[in-house]
Amino acid sequence: MDFTFSEDQLLFRDSVRDFLVNEVTPERIRGIWESDSGRDDGLWQQLAEMGLTGITVAEEHGGLGMNELDFVLLAQECGYVALPEPLVNTALVAVPVISQLGGEVAAQWLPQIAAGETRVAVGCRENGLAEDAAQSGLLLWAEPEALYLLTPEQFSARFNESVDPSRRLYAVDIADGVAPVASGEQAAALYRAVLDRGALGAAAQALGLAQRMIDISVQYTGERQQFGKVIGSFQAVKHHMANVAVRLEYAKAPVTRAAYALAHAEPAEVAVSHAKLVACEAANLAAKNSIQVHGAMGYTWEVDLHIFMKKAWAMAGTFGDTGFHKQRVAEFIFADSVALGAGTTFG
Amino acid sequence: MNLNYTDKQNAFREEVRSWLAEHVPAEPLKTFDTEEGFQQHREWEATLNKGRWGMVTWPEALGGRGCDLIEWLIFEEEYYRARAPLRVNQNGIFLLGPTLMEYGTDEQKARILPKMANGEEVWAQGWSEPNAGSDMAAIRSTARKEGDKYIINGQKTWSTRAVWADWLFGMFRTDPDSERHRGLTFILVPLNTPGITVRPIPQLDGLPGFAEIFFDNVEVDVSNRLGDEGAGWSVAMATAGFERGLMLRSPARFQETARRLVELYKANQEKADRDPAVRDAVMRAWMDAESYCLTTYETACRLVQGGKIGAESSTNKIFWSELDQNMHATAMSILGARAELLPHAPDAGDVGTWLDGWLFAQSGPIYAGTNEIQRNIIAERMLGMPR
Repeated sequence: MDFTFSEDQLLFRDSVRDFLVNEVTPERIRGIWESDSGRDDGLWQQLAEMGLTGITVAEEHGGLGMNELDFVLLAQECGYVALPEPLVNTALVAVPVISQLGGEVAAQWLPQIAAGETRVAVGCRENGLAEDAAQSGLLLWAEPEALYLLTPEQFSARFNESVDPSRRLYAVDIADGVAPVASGEQAAALYRAVLDRGALGAAAQALGLAQRMIDISVQYTGERQQFGKVIGSFQAVKHHMANVAVRLEYAKAPVTRAAYALAHAEPAEVAVSHAKLVACEAANLAAKNSIQVHGAMGYTWEVDLHIFMKKAWAMAGTFGDTGFHKQRVAEFIFADSVALGAGTTFG
Repeated sequence: MNLNYTDKQNAFREEVRSWLAEHVPAEPLKTFDTEEGFQQHREWEATLNKGRWGMVTWPEALGGRGCDLIEWLIFEEEYYRARAPLRVNQNGIFLLGPTLMEYGTDEQKARILPKMANGEEVWAQGWSEPNAGSDMAAIRSTARKEGDKYIINGQKTWSTRAVWADWLFGMFRTDPDSERHRGLTFILVPLNTPGITVRPIPQLDGLPGFAEIFFDNVEVDVSNRLGDEGAGWSVAMATAGFERGLMLRSPARFQETARRLVELYKANQEKADRDPAVRDAVMRAWMDAESYCLTTYETACRLVQGGKIGAESSTNKIFWSELDQNMHATAMSILGARAELLPHAPDAGDVGTWLDGWLFAQSGPIYAGTNEIQRNIIAERMLGMPR
């Protein structure tokens, strides 16, 4: 029993965190918002040069060959900076699914993804819309009955604005006659994999977003003065932030546990749903309490808080909303023959 | 990372399970807040100690098994699964014991720990005073040094287990000119010393689970001082840390409550579902108990590898105390009109121990530092917000 990350995993996380905090600043994100594509090719190339676009691509296809557990810490850092680029969906969803398809498909696309030459977008029926569909050379579109890998000429995409300007969402119409790459039971299994992996990515990002909102709020309330004191010294303000810290602290281990289950091909559905629910709840509470302690400043476009707040709201609904995930938890704990209670957590 | 138990850990679990299956009393003991129940629980501690299960994390020389924190968690899981009796000496074994190991002299350890482990000496706490509750540094009870004695005067209150306990540990002001957390000393006091009056206080359930203690020129040998004179605050902080920490509130207890809550819901589902919030609360209870377990394992693994417990551990007490309240509130909702019945009422049926748990859960957010104090600690020490 060893529920800790290795030194190497933590060091890698630290170096990626340094890079992201320095490069993906709120100013840069605001610049990306103003661009037509909503994407920053220079940033994507930087991520590729660090090996991150191919982090979960097998070494034989030019990647780093790392797994979900290695990446889950990095996904939290992506959340911490509200990275607009689709790195989490690429590493946690698209690459593992394409790898499972294997064969020519994997040999064709994985090296391009690892090299940063091709962006891959992910969409599924549960989400309805696909992020980055019009900005990518490849769209992985998952339905319970069929899985598609689509190149730009194989579908049309209608842009839908999100409250989070970093998210570029598209309604997708697949052209007539395009064949799926998987169908039947294989497609059904891959559809579940897309949802579980996407949900883990959203949960991990939610943890980072919650931490960032705490940090921003602690800094702001340590500077803003009223009644002759910094407002962060008032208990009413402190307790708002402490409540977020408590929920966040206890959402971390469930996310790690879910990543471990996926990395070891163990049944992961319940662990993922648990993680997604508690992580997104922590991030939503962080958003709610952070805007409150910012006062009117939190309601402005100018203050950076909303960059993170809006992404947190989006994470809560994507790759399975609370109804989807609570239903899965309920099916597990209310089943007739389930073993619950002390000593059952690790099987 | 490897989330599988080792063969050794699995074997340990089997050993605990089979010993408990053989020894846990078939008939539940009376509550230790009655004189008869206190005696029964004292005997159970002796039984546990004979099997060397009293305090598995203690060194073998002291009657323990030298277990690490993972084995401790496994032991607790089996203990709660087996519905073994609550630990009457928890003040001693979980709070004072670890503090003694850190601050005690060899003589003190040899004199105190074995009798603590076998239940011969049960310990009470002496922190709060009428005007020193959340503000513990406002302690006014004095200990005046005369030769090789301390002469103690003053009053303690909310002293858990004190009605039938044998000893008390607490903090007293040894420097009459000192203020706040300076000039305090940690002293161990035999409760049969002349000059001590213990007045039981009935708790919410009507039973004397705690007491007021009056000290009138009580003479205690200086060899009962733990740590240096005037260093009581830092010794006490170590104890308070254990109390909030994972020793006292291992996840197993809450996971078992969550399991029973799921069963209660399933057995009464048609009625319970008329309030849609109940189903959600049951799921939330199970998830939070799991989160508490996972987080505790993560912390324990880190500590086993030599890591330090950080300021984030101050989130622990809020999490479990609110979880415990929420789970019992949900059970009360499900039981509806029967929820108010005492378990032994003739028509109580299957209400079980939920009411007892509900009453006890009211104390969780208050004792060991109110949750408001905990939130201040989290904001200031973990998040770095200004005082």
